[in-house]
Amino acid sequence: MSDLDALRREALAAVASASELSEIEALRVQYLGKKGAITGQLKTLGQLPEADRPEAGARINQVKTEVDAALNARWQAQSAIAEAAKVQASAIDVTLPGRGLQRGALHPVTLVLERIEAFFHSVGFESVVGPEIEDDYHNFEALNLPAHHPARAMHDTFYLTDSLLLRTHTSPVQVRTMASREPPFRIICPGKTYRVDPPDPSHLPMFHQVEGLMVDEHCSFADLKGMITEFLRVFFERDDLKVRFRPSYFPFTEPSAEVDVQCVHCLGAGHCRVCSSTGWLEVMGSGMVHPKVLEMSGIDSEKYLGFAFGMGPERLAMLRYGVSDMRHFVENDLRFLEQFQ
Amino acid sequence: MKFSEQWLREWVNPPLSTRDLVSQITMAGLEVDGVEPAAAILSQVVVGEILSAEPHPNADKLKVCKVSSGDDSHQVVCGAPNARPGIKVPFALVGAKLDEFKIKKAKLRGVDSFGMLCSERELGLSENHEGLMELADDAPVGADINGYLQLDDSIIEVDLTPNRSDCLGIIGLARETGLMNNLDVCMPDIQPVAAVHDDQVAVHLADLEGCPRFVGRVVRDLDMTATSPLWLTEKLRRSGIRSIDPVVDVTNYIMLELNQPMHAYDLNRLTGDITVRQSIEGEQLTLLNGSQTTLAAGTLLITDASGPIGMAGIMGGASTAVQADTQDIYLEAAFFAPIAIAGRARAYGMHTDAGHRFERGVDYRGQVRAMERATQLLLSIAGGRPGPLVDTVSETDLPPAIEVRLRAARVARVLGMVINDADIENILKRLEFDFTVDANSEDRAWLVQSPSHRFDINIEADLIEEISRIIGYEALPVTQPVATLSMLEATETQASVKQMKQRLIDRGYSEAICYSFVDSNLQQRLLPEAAAVALKNPLSSEMSVMRTTLIGGLLKALVHNQNRQQSNVRLFETGLVFHQQGGTENALSFDLVAQQERLALVLSGQRFPESWANSADRVDFFDLKGDLEALLGESGLTFKACEISGLQTGQSAQILKDNVPLGRIGLLAASVADEFDLRAPAYVAEIDLSLARRQYLPVVQEVSKYPFVRRDIAILVARSVTATAVRSVIEMSAGDALLHLKLFDVYMGKGIDPNQKSVGLGLTFQHPSRTLTDEEINTAMAEVVQSLASQLQAQLR
Repeated sequence: MSDLDALRREALAAVASASELSEIEALRVQYLGKKGAITGQLKTLGQLPEADRPEAGARINQVKTEVDAALNARWQAQSAIAEAAKVQASAIDVTLPGRGLQRGALHPVTLVLERIEAFFHSVGFESVVGPEIEDDYHNFEALNLPAHHPARAMHDTFYLTDSLLLRTHTSPVQVRTMASREPPFRIICPGKTYRVDPPDPSHLPMFHQVEGLMVDEHCSFADLKGMITEFLRVFFERDDLKVRFRPSYFPFTEPSAEVDVQCVHCLGAGHCRVCSSTGWLEVMGSGMVHPKVLEMSGIDSEKYLGFAFGMGPERLAMLRYGVSDMRHFVENDLRFLEQFQ
Repeated sequence: MKFSEQWLREWVNPPLSTRDLVSQITMAGLEVDGVEPAAAILSQVVVGEILSAEPHPNADKLKVCKVSSGDDSHQVVCGAPNARPGIKVPFALVGAKLDEFKIKKAKLRGVDSFGMLCSERELGLSENHEGLMELADDAPVGADINGYLQLDDSIIEVDLTPNRSDCLGIIGLARETGLMNNLDVCMPDIQPVAAVHDDQVAVHLADLEGCPRFVGRVVRDLDMTATSPLWLTEKLRRSGIRSIDPVVDVTNYIMLELNQPMHAYDLNRLTGDITVRQSIEGEQLTLLNGSQTTLAAGTLLITDASGPIGMAGIMGGASTAVQADTQDIYLEAAFFAPIAIAGRARAYGMHTDAGHRFERGVDYRGQVRAMERATQLLLSIAGGRPGPLVDTVSETDLPPAIEVRLRAARVARVLGMVINDADIENILKRLEFDFTVDANSEDRAWLVQSPSHRFDINIEADLIEEISRIIGYEALPVTQPVATLSMLEATETQASVKQMKQRLIDRGYSEAICYSFVDSNLQQRLLPEAAAVALKNPLSSEMSVMRTTLIGGLLKALVHNQNRQQSNVRLFETGLVFHQQGGTENALSFDLVAQQERLALVLSGQRFPESWANSADRVDFFDLKGDLEALLGESGLTFKACEISGLQTGQSAQILKDNVPLGRIGLLAASVADEFDLRAPAYVAEIDLSLARRQYLPVVQEVSKYPFVRRDIAILVARSVTATAVRSVIEMSAGDALLHLKLFDVYMGKGIDPNQKSVGLGLTFQHPSRTLTDEEINTAMAEVVQSLASQLQAQLR
């Protein structure tokens, strides 16, 4: 019996010191396999007196169970460690950059244009576009700007021929729409416009405009104020943005108003380069459509009224994104553009 | 227009600070562009008199002056060329401050100097620094300069809209200020000047439409050496006009005060009668500024027996100009119709204060008043003997007084607020408009006549604007429009431009915006066959023609980035291109210009951003092609190898969708890349945007639930055989069960004939309603192999 005890101690010690899973398997074979040492003890039972056999057999089985349990426990523990080591070995640096392309960016002027369009689409305005090379009639004449009108001096115009020009505003699209549709309608006209201004921080010879036009039986100057005020507040995301309407003059609207917003940079605090410390920023022109303009496009100005407004997306982009020089908009420098991702 | 606040306040003086006055003017619709003090902040600057001026012992250009400040005399070293005994000048005493600049005792080249004699610039009055500012002989020596020159004043600059030319004079600004504050305007006392002789010049109005009124007067025996009084020259200066001589000063003063441009002729240089007429093409006129002008037809002229002597309402001629030796003058105050003046100055490359006013319009009843006021002022300054005022006029050709009907209901409808009748009438009164209640009208209406200075009032809307302006836009309500709801149309068979852009953004492209006008030569290299439209007045040769392709702009953007160490570039742009279609350059019309919306892309550099995880491969044709396939959808999209100008032969293709040409794609030709100074190969594509936006409404096919079978083969074919050719042979021969065909490998090189390539093909078969048998698939594959062999001389590998 002392043999069995020695065997038990030897086996348990071997299991406890085995670390490799293969080693543990080998120990199982060595002690518990068909030809294993402990299994072999069972074969010695026959040499014992009959009366001693049950007890001896039970003792051997007990040792066998004990060693088996030790082997299993050791197996589990060591396989968990091995698994953990494997996982650890396959760990990656998750902070390394991902694979493949980065996305590009929309141009900031497009961002502003899309935003403006979305706001006006949400109240039933439809986007309409038109040609950039225009004739004198649609760009000027039909907008109550006959030849030699002094207001034409405000539109320094690129000419292709005496009567063909690059549109100086998107208003000709409104003219074309008024001439081809029956009121009521609500449209906005986004697009490129051109004036003879050499590029500098606040001018470009090509820039964008969005003009809006609503023609209906009931639409008043008060409605114009309401719509523009709401637009500016949602655009700048400021419910309390102050908006000011100031009398002005455009040949195609009457009454006409310049629209100023409270300086979005200093909020009227002063000492501000954005608003020259006036507290106000001029952002739009607007007014009630001049009856002559309606009539020239075949709309009964007694029955219908209209309001119109126009704004410059470049200017709005500059205010909203802090762009300091208009020329950035046409340089297409990726270091500038990719900031709008 | 710049004016002195004090001057305005002489006419009407509301109890408002400068700041409030300026804001009121702005909110009345006369936008104030700027307000600046009339002078620097000055202390201890007085009227000084130079008693003596001796040469400086150690410096040629300096003088040592003895200057009186009234009680005392001081030694001052001065370098001004006009420093001389007897003149009175601004004198900054030791301890004086000119804004932040402090005057201290100093030693100049070894001579002590106590104080400084000042130029206009040093006082902050103007930019003039040619010499000392010379004050009038009667300036009281020792008097504080602020008080003497009335420097406690602001210069206000208004940026007037073209309709409000009535405010290009103090008279109009004062009316407006009076109106806003409900105050009376205090006009200067203007009395007819009695003639002391009967000399006059006969005037013939040969173009009554252009000039229906011409007021003239002879003034003899003027003293041209007289100087204009300080109050007058200071007002001129604060409006940005320099004092010249009494005659010019007075005519300028009248223009600023009464808004009536005037002109003075040297009477003795006039020949015979004056005729106002239209020019004849080719006539010559030398203007006051010395420029010799060949006149076009359609220019209104003042002429005498010698020919043209002035461009009416714009600038007088040199031959009859008033000069230092002039004694007798002929003064003109005319009404020239805007239509006769508008645009003329600009056509001759000029801009004058007179032209600016006449082309916008002046009060057609203001000429006599201006003449009387001018005569009165001139006599008080330079003496002289006035002749009779002669008013040559054709009343019927003056602008007609228009009666405008104003309806209370229309006012309410346009403004969105009911304004009561009494308020409307009160506003009309304040505007000096005559009105009567329209007795024939059932609803409340008025018949309104505006005074001659408000010739901009012609229709009801003009009156409604005036009413809203005077009530104040701020006082009008804010409401939301009420309209019939209607949905916007949106077709699913057209991708929106926004969607298209987003697809490209997601594939790494950024959006560019380039000028629509480009360099003609560069564009010619890129697209020689296109007929570009040229600008008549381009900003530069680099912006001289309209673009016929978007690619030129993108290549310039690419160069811009390459030159700034940004070599991996993906850019796109959408926009119009412009082509002339027939006609000659001179006979271009709207219908002959095609304006087409396009989308273009440029790709250069590495396929992926530099990164541990990315390959460093450079982009090639198939990167760009893949982007186009993703953008446009592969269905119906084909690429046809094609020679295309500007692109490299063998790496360029026409893009077709459902066999309709859509655009082009390819590697930029090396010669063009050189022209643009590109540093790396660039792949470009350009497509017609409206065609590209077309997409199919999806029509779903049942997905088969039976297993599919894939068979791979590799074939050897001649290099010249295209993938499209292989594909079409297989699609024709594989039978209906062919589901997909994948071209998974193309190999050329070692191990195969140099004229051949190996192509790996994966064919997937599936039947919609049953499982295919091996036999069926074997038959199909045999058919495919045989067709490839017979049609493309392909061999199985």
